[in-house]
This record gives sequence, C-alpha cells and structure tokens, in this order.
Amino acid sequence: MKKQLTYMDSVHRDGRAWGIAVGLLILLFPVALSLVFGAMPNTKVLVQGLVATAPMYWAVGVVEIFTYVPMLGAGGTYLSFVTGNISNLKLPCAIDAMERAKVKASSEEGEVISTIAIAVSSIVTTLIIIVGVICIVPLTPVLESPVLKPAFDMILPALFGGLAVVFISKNAKLSIAPIILMLALFITVPALNAGTVGIMVPVGVLFTVGVARIMYKKGWL
Amino acid sequence: MEFNVNHPILFVLVGIIIAAVMGQSVYFLVKALRRAKQLGISSATVKSTVTSSAVFTIAPAIAILVGVVALSKSLGLALPWLRLSVIGSITYETVAAGNALTAAELSASATVTDPSIFMSIVWVMTIGIAAGIVLVPFVTKKIQGGMIKMGMKDKKWGEIFNNAMFLGMISAFLGYVFCDVGLVFSGNTSGLIPVCVMAVSAVVMAVFGGLSKALKIRWMEDYALPLSLILGMASAIPFTNWLG
Repeated sequence: MKKQLTYMDSVHRDGRAWGIAVGLLILLFPVALSLVFGAMPNTKVLVQGLVATAPMYWAVGVVEIFTYVPMLGAGGTYLSFVTGNISNLKLPCAIDAMERAKVKASSEEGEVISTIAIAVSSIVTTLIIIVGVICIVPLTPVLESPVLKPAFDMILPALFGGLAVVFISKNAKLSIAPIILMLALFITVPALNAGTVGIMVPVGVLFTVGVARIMYKKGWL
Repeated sequence: MEFNVNHPILFVLVGIIIAAVMGQSVYFLVKALRRAKQLGISSATVKSTVTSSAVFTIAPAIAILVGVVALSKSLGLALPWLRLSVIGSITYETVAAGNALTAAELSASATVTDPSIFMSIVWVMTIGIAAGIVLVPFVTKKIQGGMIKMGMKDKKWGEIFNNAMFLGMISAFLGYVFCDVGLVFSGNTSGLIPVCVMAVSAVVMAVFGGLSKALKIRWMEDYALPLSLILGMASAIPFTNWLG
C-alpha cells in the first residue's frame, strides 16, 4: 500500500520541485541572454568579478543555509532562498508572525504561520517592485530624494530595534552574553560594518546556542 | 539582436522568471492556508498574519526599490528588477555589480553599452550568490529532520535552541548598529544616528506592545512591529539633520 504523505513530506517534495525548476530558470537567464544577443561574457571581467564576489558569498551562503533553515521552517526556506532579502525582510517578518500567533518555530503550526508570512511578504515585495518599475520615471525623484535618503539608509536599525525588544524581554538572561560579544566586536573591529554583518549572523547564532546549552545544562534557563 | 540595457527582450525574460517566482509564492501560500485550516488555527490569527506581514513588508520593499533605481543607472532597469526580486539582497547585489563594474573599469553611474561586459556582470551576479539556490533543495529536509528529532528528544531544549538562534541573529544586527559609535571620539557624531534610530524603534515597540496587552487592543499588537519600523525610519531624518 502506498504510504500517505505527511504535510511536511509534501512541503519538502514541492519545495524541491519548485526550487529546482525556478533555480534552473534563474541560472539559465545569463545563458539565454548570451544566445539572444550573440555575446559571450568578457573572460577577464567575469573571472575578476567572480574571484572578488563568489568565495565570500558562497561561504556565507552555505553557513546561512544551516543558520536560517531552522528559523524559517521548510516552506519558508524554499521560498526565502529563491526570493532573497532574508535577514532584512523575510526572517523578521516570519519571527514577528510566529511570535504574535504564539507558535513555536519547530512546530507544524509554526511552519504554517512562517510560510504564510514569508509567502505574503514575497508577493507584496514583488508587486511593489513591479509597480515601481512601471512608474520608475515619476518615482525616481521621490526615491532618490535627499530628504528621504536617511530613512532608507536606517532600515536595519529601525527593524532590529523593535525585534530586539520582543526577544530580549523574553530571554533577558540568555541575551546578555551575545549582545556584549557583538557590541565589543562591532565597536572594536573596523572591518565589521553593514557589508559584513551577514557574516556575523552565523557567529552570533553559534555563540548564543553554545551559551544557551551551557546555561541549560547548569539549570540557569 | 542589437544590445541595450533596457531592451524589451530583457523585460520579457525577467518577467517570465518573476512570474515563476510569484507562482511559487502563491502555491505555498495556498498550501499553508489550507493546512492552517486543517490544524484548527483560527481565521483571526491567519488574517492578522497575512495583513501584518503585508503591511510590515511595505517599507523594506520600498527600500529595495531604491536599490533597483540606484543600480538601474549602470545596468538598466530589467536586470536590477530581476536581481532584487529573486535570491539577492541590496547589499549583495550592489557589491557583486560593483565588483564586476570595477573589473570592467567602469563607474557605477555610466550605462553599460558593451554586451559582453553586461553578460559578465549578469554571470557574476547570478553565480556569486548561487549557493542557496543550488543547495537548499537538497539539504533542507535533512536539517529540518535533525531539528524535529532534537525537539522530540528534549522539548524544553528545542524551544531554548530556537530562541537562542533568533537572539544570536538579533544580537549580530544590534552590534552592527553600534559599529560607528567610535567615531564620536574623533568629533564625528554620525555614528550615533543608527543607535538613536534603534532606540526610537525599540521605545515605539515597547509602548505599543505594552499598550496592546494592557488595553487588549489586537490591531495594536498586529501592527506594533511595522509601526516601530516606520517611525524608527522616519526618526532618521531629524537625527541625520542633527548628528549627520
């Protein structure tokens, strides 16, 4: 008799199928362009560009998978790694939704709420960018206005200030060590800035999980 | 076919990929909504998840659009539209495009006219961040399975583990907020702007969160994070005038 698929099994099956199909489309885009315009990439620019970009972002990408999958859930992962903007949009959106719905990320309810939040966020982002692309001419002066620039530059502090209140108030004891470590690192190491914060996310996660394990074993949590 | 960065065929190809990505989002949304019903999650919870996620997304999505406009000067509109609708983020795409433009000895404000240079930039932006799209379909189930096993073995530790992961990520971004405060010692107060913005956002979140609980106002709880985000961003304007 054929085994009945659980919801989670079906999410993985569909996620894989969509991921492979959309992934192929994205990876074939440069090939299609080369064929359409009859132009091959310039080898020097390609190699120099890849050497400057790929090693760091592939290393970060691999670590990000192991860091973000447990937080995003399965459906959220399959969507987020295709639609991008994970740490600055999809993950905060999912965390907030799970928090308000009072569901755990590791439960099936958490999986469902996270998927709904990330899917809605992906759809809204795509629609806003489509509208923006269509209305680019009238919108450009507004989007590039020097008055509004500081607001767009400060999206991460504005986003994580709110999220921090929720999580630090709920996990006050556990939050002390990672916050002290990260403040010390970011204040004293000049190389740590907006461009490298992504690399520090897995460091922060591993450190906090390690501290949590020790505190849990000692009965402090 | 003669190349230009805003050739209609580019928009057609990009449109096809974005339609597929949109299809995937809609498919998973419908699947999760059906499952939510089966699991008995209340329609009020589902509705508030949908509306507050949509509202929360508006400000960051507009910031992403700013990135599209910025990159469109050298790369045309179609490529930034694709790259910022799928996989990447504004920080990555700007760096990847910048690296390729530097290799081509071009400035970020000059439109690329050479098709082979443009192809190189497209390849760099696509391959440079492809780890997620290549690996996720094959490793997600294993990682997820490990998490479920761990949660079943020790439920309390499973919950602490999840909270620790969230806190670890948040602490990294809090650290980033303080990365330029050291400039104050050299007389430059601009490093305090992100700290002030974060403080405004945190206060708004605490006030709205506290009020929504005390007065039992559901909408206030649903929109506390989007409000803290928007008011925090808005506060950056006077703080920049003052400290910048």
